[in-house]
Amino acid sequence: MHRFRFVLWRPIQLLPVLFGISVLVFVMVRSIPGDPARILLGVRSTPQAIARIRAQYGLDEPLWLQYFYFLRNLMNGEMGKSIIYRVDTLKLIDSRIQPTIFLVLGSVLLAVLIALPLATGAARYRGRLADHAIRLISTIGLGLPAFWLAIMVILLFSISLGWFPVSGYGSDWAERLHHLFLPCLTVALALSAVLTRNLRASLLMELQNDYVTAARARGLSENRIFWRHVMPNSLIPTINLLAVNIGWLIGGTVVIESVFAIPGLGQLLVKAIISRDYMVVQGVVLVFALATVAVNLIADLLTVALDPRVKL
Amino acid sequence: MTAIQGFAAFRRRVLPRESTLTAGIVILSAWLLVALFCPWLAPYDPIAQDPSATLLPPNPAHPFGSDNFGRDILSRVMWGARIDLQICLIGVAFPFLLGTVIGAVSGYVGGVVDTLLMRLIDIVLAFPFLVLMLAIIAILGPGLGSFYIAMAMVGWVSYARLVRSQVLTLKHRDFVLAARSLGYSHGRILFFHLLPNALTSSLVFAMSDCVLVLLSGASVSYLGLGVQPPVAEWGVMVAEGQSFITTAWWITTFPGLAIVVLAMGFSFLADGLGDKWGARP
Amino acid sequence: MTLLQVSNLTIEDRLGTALVDGVTLSVDRGEILGLVGESGSGKTLACRAMMRLLPGDGLAIRGGEIRLNGADVLAYDDKRMMAVRGREIGMIFQNPASHLNPVMTIGKQIAEGRRWHFGASRREARQQAIELLRQVGIPDPARRVDNYPHEFSGGMRQRAMIAVALACEPKLLIADEPTTALDVTVQMQVLHLLRDLRDRLGLAVILITHDLGVVAQTCDRIAVMYAGRLCETGGKRQVLGAPRHPYTRGLIECQPSSDGGVGRMVTIQGQPPLAQRFPAGCRFHPRCGRATTECTSIQPEMRVDPGTDNHAAACHHAVSVTNRGMVHGQ
Repeated sequence: MHRFRFVLWRPIQLLPVLFGISVLVFVMVRSIPGDPARILLGVRSTPQAIARIRAQYGLDEPLWLQYFYFLRNLMNGEMGKSIIYRVDTLKLIDSRIQPTIFLVLGSVLLAVLIALPLATGAARYRGRLADHAIRLISTIGLGLPAFWLAIMVILLFSISLGWFPVSGYGSDWAERLHHLFLPCLTVALALSAVLTRNLRASLLMELQNDYVTAARARGLSENRIFWRHVMPNSLIPTINLLAVNIGWLIGGTVVIESVFAIPGLGQLLVKAIISRDYMVVQGVVLVFALATVAVNLIADLLTVALDPRVKL
Repeated sequence: MTAIQGFAAFRRRVLPRESTLTAGIVILSAWLLVALFCPWLAPYDPIAQDPSATLLPPNPAHPFGSDNFGRDILSRVMWGARIDLQICLIGVAFPFLLGTVIGAVSGYVGGVVDTLLMRLIDIVLAFPFLVLMLAIIAILGPGLGSFYIAMAMVGWVSYARLVRSQVLTLKHRDFVLAARSLGYSHGRILFFHLLPNALTSSLVFAMSDCVLVLLSGASVSYLGLGVQPPVAEWGVMVAEGQSFITTAWWITTFPGLAIVVLAMGFSFLADGLGDKWGARP
Repeated sequence: MTLLQVSNLTIEDRLGTALVDGVTLSVDRGEILGLVGESGSGKTLACRAMMRLLPGDGLAIRGGEIRLNGADVLAYDDKRMMAVRGREIGMIFQNPASHLNPVMTIGKQIAEGRRWHFGASRREARQQAIELLRQVGIPDPARRVDNYPHEFSGGMRQRAMIAVALACEPKLLIADEPTTALDVTVQMQVLHLLRDLRDRLGLAVILITHDLGVVAQTCDRIAVMYAGRLCETGGKRQVLGAPRHPYTRGLIECQPSSDGGVGRMVTIQGQPPLAQRFPAGCRFHPRCGRATTECTSIQPEMRVDPGTDNHAAACHHAVSVTNRGMVHGQ
């Protein structure tokens, strides 16, 4: 009963954050020095276009009114036109979002597949050689620059072994999978370092708990205790960790998409920044922020589903 | 003593806790020395081009090889230590100071101030870290100065949260009440009595944050939005070498390894200090 | 008939300090044995050893014998030991909140024992879980079976933990301070439940406690431990009515009398010794009013009072039934 109320209540609690995000994005673009109309339209804009955008965004009105124009345009799905691509920003984002989504999902999946056995091994053989080795590897993994790791992975798997394409995205599903594997692996290697360290720590903490002693006293095997009792308890903080890291993960994909020339949102953002395509910068930043909020919301709801103790 | 016992003894003596701290200190001191003395240590000028020695693989004259302009990679990696260590120190110092002051005041004052600052933190955290930084750099224009400003504007939230929670738990301890009963001003209590006790975990976090800042700085530079060529910075060097990856692997490999080793130094130091002080942020 | 026989059990830590030293105990079927002592006296450790589940590392059984139905448990391999734990000897703990898995329903935790030890199907196990909850006195068990531990009150959690242990149908239940964390009225109910289970199921119980009141209500026999050693064993009436060891006498005098008597509370002077600083000879001698030089050097053996069948005490000056009057007059 009250747990379902949480499911309804949580999104409402997010409204101030959403409001803050929109204000921050608005302020960001407006704080660029110069005539906002020229900034949004680029240097080679016609007087008619400037007049149109002045009216649409209320650029002659006071700032707080401008914010409402901005919000109204946003609600209507109006994010302005890209000065480079000459299309609506929303359409542009729509055409670029798919590779990024798959990249993020694939990376999380691979990272969990890597981190789960490593953390399990390290926790169950605590203090032994395997534990030390896994801890050392994950510490090194924390400091691996994604862009460099990507190039090294390309060098090994694409150039030397020829197993995967060097860059690009592909047109059908099999090709896309083939193209996305190395980028996903790169992000996953970095992410799994964080995951392994944290999951190991939380597994070790749970293993100290009294309910483990009680389970042993009931004659359950170490395997059963570990997988049925310790693991579910340890996964709850790990899911939250994943959610906290989603922002970091999106940052990683921005870089990785640039290295592998994947036509996703990250590459779009970097190109837009370099070419001062501010409408696109604003749109992509907004989408990334909304995605982060959404993922955290999902993680909150997942925690409620998994942990019966969570209070409102 | 059998071989296994010998190995076990070796492991006990060499690998556990304290050794992590030692490894961190050794790695970081080594980089610091390289950064300080690179004008004397580096065999070549890092930006001097030599058309007669382009794209040479590692050899006795150029241990790490040379790039397409004939610049010596080893010298560039050594000079890069200056820039990248500077990125770590300045990139951590500003968020640390800003976040500590904001978090301490927020936790100590409480009330509306605290609520508003917490909301602000929520909003900043809603943005992906690197994306928000890139957006700020987009406004300010590419460059190292923009990177530092962006870092400070985004990075302070972690410190503010850490310090705030520490101040909140310490606020009601006896020694604070004692200081208040002595009639000390709030500022004095906060900055001379509370803060020194609240700083341990944020100092440990700062060490591990150096890794994040280093990677962010190098990534931003790699993307062409931070340090600009021809300055020898490791991220820039990786980007420059990328087009030659099929023929000259050494141009990208060595600066990347430099980042990994420096990051390892900070990670070890953070882990070691965390274990020693019992503070795990 | 003896179910569990522990002889000369010695447990040492890494430094070789004997935290449990030469303890000999036995429990019969359907008997409730009260194991009494202050915290740190080694009573919990001795019971953990019976299940070969010593906490932490560095602790090890260094001597003695543990026989369950005549078979030497210390010689068992891990696999056979797993079949003893839960199935032969069950255990419940002082703090049920932390000894139950917080993210698993009570019903699943009870059912787990049925499925693990008896290969019951999911549905059978669930039915049996409901039945067990009813047996330990949880109202509306069919609904409660799907609750999580945090949805139970403290007393109900202890009942649930008993049900979790009973699911494996043990012959012996070790109850480690099962009522310490509970309200007095709930304490009574849980103790009553333990006695009831003994009567109905023929369960043997070792009740670890520092509360002689609990012992007086519940137990058949009593064993008193001090600083890792046994000081007195015997029937409840014998030990409580005519204690032979000065420590036992001290413990009894410390209990606030139930009729709210006047007079000041008597305490045993001094503190129990730390494990690293166990005194030589009788470990109680620094706190004993009757200690002599003999007590400071020679460790007293457990000796059965000739006038009784099995009332034993480890004291050079043990009070005998025959010369009780004399000591009282001192």
